Amino acid sequence: MTETTTAGASAEAARGPTAGPGTTTITMTVNATTRHLELEPRTTLAEALRDALDLTGTKLACDRGACAACTVWLNGRPVCSCMMLAIDADGQAVTTIEGLAQGEALHPVQEAFIEHDALQCGFCTPGMVMSSAALLERNPQPDAEAVRDALAGHYCRCGTYPHVVAAVLAAAERK
Amino acid sequence: MNRFAYATPATLAEAAANTELVSEAMVTLAEGAVLKAGGIDLLDLLKSELLAPSLVVSLRALPGLDAITQDPAGNLVIGAMATLAAVADHPLVRAAYPALAEAIAGSASPELRNVATLGGNLLQRPHCWYFRSPAYHCLRKGGGHCFAIRGESQYHAIFDNQACAIVHPSTPATVLVALGAEVELHDAEGAARRLALEDFFIGPADDLQRENALRPREVLTAIHLPGRAPGSRMAHRRQGEKAGFDWPLADVAVVLTLDPDGTCGKASVVLGAAAPVPRRARSAEQVLQGRRIDAAVAADAARAALHGATPLSRNDYKLALFETLVRRAILAAAG
Repeated sequence: MTETTTAGASAEAARGPTAGPGTTTITMTVNATTRHLELEPRTTLAEALRDALDLTGTKLACDRGACAACTVWLNGRPVCSCMMLAIDADGQAVTTIEGLAQGEALHPVQEAFIEHDALQCGFCTPGMVMSSAALLERNPQPDAEAVRDALAGHYCRCGTYPHVVAAVLAAAERK
Repeated sequence: MNRFAYATPATLAEAAANTELVSEAMVTLAEGAVLKAGGIDLLDLLKSELLAPSLVVSLRALPGLDAITQDPAGNLVIGAMATLAAVADHPLVRAAYPALAEAIAGSASPELRNVATLGGNLLQRPHCWYFRSPAYHCLRKGGGHCFAIRGESQYHAIFDNQACAIVHPSTPATVLVALGAEVELHDAEGAARRLALEDFFIGPADDLQRENALRPREVLTAIHLPGRAPGSRMAHRRQGEKAGFDWPLADVAVVLTLDPDGTCGKASVVLGAAAPVPRRARSAEQVLQGRRIDAAVAADAARAALHGATPLSRNDYKLALFETLVRRAILAAAG
């Protein structure tokens, strides 16, 4: 590194592309649609989805990655959207609960949750469904233990866990 | 969360040059720059306003930092940006270091493991609830007092807890220390150094406000694991209040080499959630070395592992927990 690149005037050169602290353009594919958002770097992915895109199916409860209510897919893998910056999803593909059904046809996991009464208040349900559907993508025939492992991060204060496990196993049968 | 600028350098030198505050989120000064890996711990600290950086330097645009490769000598090199999920699922890790894969698969939750990195995991700040609470200006945050020692200490250290009673937050670290892992560190001038992970972590006696030996303008880039020695065996055992997604109350890693006649050669016994750093139980290792391992030897070693423990008012239950886990881990490794 040369002396000039460490000087204040060349701070940009020394640290690479820099955005913020004001708003910056973030581009991501959300439910198969390209979206351009003007957000501060401190904005979380959960805030971007709910507040900027009005996709309020993604729920915020603990806001610390401790309950997984905010689970969405990032490039097909379930993540806690509250513990990610939206800017880290720049250029990536995000799938939310709104993007899971095909038009009017619910995803098999959604159908099974309804049939097995796998929700009560329903607040944790979008996150549960996203992680369950992701599990079936990579393990189409899980046993009950694999389902419980995949959902270990999710809290349901209504205590629907046994029905959730039954629903995911039933969805696996159906797929 | 305060407002901050966000940089995505394309070279390590650029990343290191701007991080007066190092690690994923080392040092709790009110300003400056922090490095961001997966960002799970960093976001937690930002949301609690324990950190308020003016610049977040993300490592995500640096090429190759998430690679997991085997060198010609058979050592495994895990890039610091490899996610916990990628490490736990990697065929080389599962085949050669099953205890590591198991420990990582039991850490955090699937959603967090898809984002959290192994480097960031090793550089987490402590999860002591007094440290994490903005309401307590504890010793580690520059205050004058450790609130845990005479307070709610049920999840705290049973060793080296006279000044500050944190336990080390990383479960993978327990196994990595037992395996003899090293960390690779790069600075802004391009110089690199390697340090045994065991020596990388530092306790309250060395520094009350840092948990590792990372210097300013230095970046942790990789974790090196020595190839498996002939006859080596390993096991990891943990106990939490829940089966999954919970911090361990106690965890134990054991790595042994057994000679063809069953005699224990090298032994490494490490306790996690016991002390401010992953703790080598050297007295237990001495019991094992040169012996044929049976239930009685394992029980002797397990008792020895707790020599010198100084439990606090709320955590003496950990003594029995660790003794049981050490015994079981030794027998599992030897079996």
